Amino acid sequence: MAESLVLKGGRVLDATGERTADVVVVDGRIAAVGADLDADRTLDAGGCVVAPGLVDLHAHLRQPGREEAETVESGSRCAALGGFTAVVAMPNTTPAIDSAAVVREVQDLGRTALCAVHPSGAITVDRAGEVLAPMGEMADLGVRLFTDDGTGVQDDLLMRRAMEYAVGLPHDVVLAQHCENGRLAAGGHMHEGEWSSRLGIAGQPHAAEEAMVARDIALARLTGARIHMQHMSTAGSVAMIAEARASGLAVSAEATPHHMLLTHAECASFDPVFKVNPPLRTAADVDAVRAGVVAGTLDVIATDHAPHTQDTKDEPFDQAPPGMLGLEFALGVALAVLDLPLAEVLARMSWRPAAVVGLEDQGGPVEAGRPANLCVIDPAASWTVEPGATASRSRNIPYVGRTLTGRVRHTISAGEPVVVDGAAQR
Amino acid sequence: MRHLLDTAALGRDDVEELLDLTDAFVEVSARSVPKVPALRGRTVASLFFEDSTRTRLSFETAAKRLSADTMTFSVSSSSVNKGESLRDTALTIEAMGVDAVVVRHRCSGAPHRVASWIDASVVNGGDGWHDHPTQGLLDAYTLRSRLGPLDGCRVAVVGDVKHSRVARADVHALTALGARVTLVAPPTLLPPSLAGWPVEVSHDLDAVLGDVDCVALLRMQRERMTEALVPSLREYTSRFGLTAARARRLGPDVVVMHPGPMNRGVEIAPEVADDPRAVIVDQVRNGVAVRMAVLFRLLGAEARPVAEAADLTGRAGAEGAAPDPPRTGRSPRTPEPAEVPRG
Repeated sequence: MAESLVLKGGRVLDATGERTADVVVVDGRIAAVGADLDADRTLDAGGCVVAPGLVDLHAHLRQPGREEAETVESGSRCAALGGFTAVVAMPNTTPAIDSAAVVREVQDLGRTALCAVHPSGAITVDRAGEVLAPMGEMADLGVRLFTDDGTGVQDDLLMRRAMEYAVGLPHDVVLAQHCENGRLAAGGHMHEGEWSSRLGIAGQPHAAEEAMVARDIALARLTGARIHMQHMSTAGSVAMIAEARASGLAVSAEATPHHMLLTHAECASFDPVFKVNPPLRTAADVDAVRAGVVAGTLDVIATDHAPHTQDTKDEPFDQAPPGMLGLEFALGVALAVLDLPLAEVLARMSWRPAAVVGLEDQGGPVEAGRPANLCVIDPAASWTVEPGATASRSRNIPYVGRTLTGRVRHTISAGEPVVVDGAAQR
Repeated sequence: MRHLLDTAALGRDDVEELLDLTDAFVEVSARSVPKVPALRGRTVASLFFEDSTRTRLSFETAAKRLSADTMTFSVSSSSVNKGESLRDTALTIEAMGVDAVVVRHRCSGAPHRVASWIDASVVNGGDGWHDHPTQGLLDAYTLRSRLGPLDGCRVAVVGDVKHSRVARADVHALTALGARVTLVAPPTLLPPSLAGWPVEVSHDLDAVLGDVDCVALLRMQRERMTEALVPSLREYTSRFGLTAARARRLGPDVVVMHPGPMNRGVEIAPEVADDPRAVIVDQVRNGVAVRMAVLFRLLGAEARPVAEAADLTGRAGAEGAAPDPPRTGRSPRTPEPAEVPRG
């Protein structure tokens, strides 16, 4: 029998509520939850919260194809350090995850990762927006989220067909969209507004995102498809999603940590670490995104963890690729900026995202018999982000020098203590 | 001042100091031997990632007139085409021992990035749509030479403001000196937001022409037609071009500026470009002196009052012409010759 493990002295917090209890893990599962439990190995959870592991619906692991920026393994290490026990890997790899073969490749890479890695599939072949990808073949392998992330599907009719086809699949899948009207975004490198005007950088207006949000809501209403709006960044988008949800539409939506904290004023330094897509918006948008998360309109917090090597970021703003690291900082940002109880933050970072993609072994209640995917969080910890403080192969951290709230002490993934006292174990 | 990256970062005192220094170098440039030893032993590199013959030559001329050694790095023959990053290129140039780097780049903020990586002084030689500080300074200098102090002076900046680093530079440099700037363009050629810009806006050139001391025209690029920013060049000219008919409405002392290269017959009528009120050639001439002042300020005059700078410019006893005389009743800021011994 494998070594047993007890998380001792913590407060257990899940969707069912909060109680003080020790948690024993044996053979990848929770063996017992109760008072005064012992095991072969003890991890101190005093002063901490023991919760279901976090689930990220939006991580770029860059493998296959751009291993110099990140690998499934290094990305999963970031995830584990951030308290995540599962991530959905975006399909904008090289080649794109647009076939059963590439799905299998990523799944194979994920077998030795420090957390569960679930590949998403592209909606269109090579994410080119022209021909539907074999969603059924990918769904047969377990893919539950499809997206052309990085670009939205521009062709209105093709998106309609994708939704109609998805509804007919034997699996319950969700179509996720990077909402960006390519013509309105028109090569913009940051938010179009006061700062883009001052800096002389082409911008993306609010309307570039909102036009596609509006279209996809209309198409979801037409087709009955389940849709998920990725990284919402504007007040107008949040308002449209609230209205759609109020009307009973099956639409879920993400907020990223950076859209809850940073504004386009960060770009004044011309430092491409602040270049991201969708771009950092106005303070009013940041307020609206936070309010949308608090209200539950944006029911998922997802990282959009997007590693880029230093040399690609060592270029002028226009030429550098968009994206920033997020997995290790998401919880700390969320707890720092959101006026929400910890349980509500965890709902948006664990059990709600798990439900969106049907991950039954993630985000569930902390009870005997369940898979042991857990994180142990010190919610009161305050820490300042240091340069290079990441397990990523990249260093594009936008939060350097900022003080965040709450830190992950331990992460247990499929029963394995992959992070202990803030340090990755492999 | 370690770098010159933004006109927006310059206060009135900074601009006036640089323009006063420019006076001295205008005088140097007018000598039979227009050269002073101010930057002997210093090296100025031109790092041009975008074609710009006139700006590059102007900076190089300025550096040579200050006796600096010069190097030119042109993108067409560079390792950038082999995939080298901007940072590595900048570090390579610095390793050759340069004291100042003039950076021209089609991307906004590239000089700022270079300045964050190297110890040498960086001069923004024009970056994307963002800024072109020495152009703003030379325009301010040219206008001040013609009109005297610019407090209350009314300037119309006409044309494609949105994509113009010259417009941004002019707005900051001119308003720093007290000028009142009106941007004149269709909404499609204005920045999406003018929050914080010390300007007024008009979409009607004819409505502002009767009330200006200067018309600063911007180059209209033909590709803006394909971007549907204006219906046609013909319509642009009819609504926003400084045609001969419009020029006739301008007073005799109104100054017409253009940063060049001009599209004669588009933003400016050929005869208006050759009108005595047009100072386009003066702008080019003053550009060399402004760039001498900037390089001198960055490399040769750290913490040195302008009056003492005369020592290094060798102004005393110099022969040659004075700066452009004023053409209005305003008194220009022509400096008195410095009382310092010759060299």
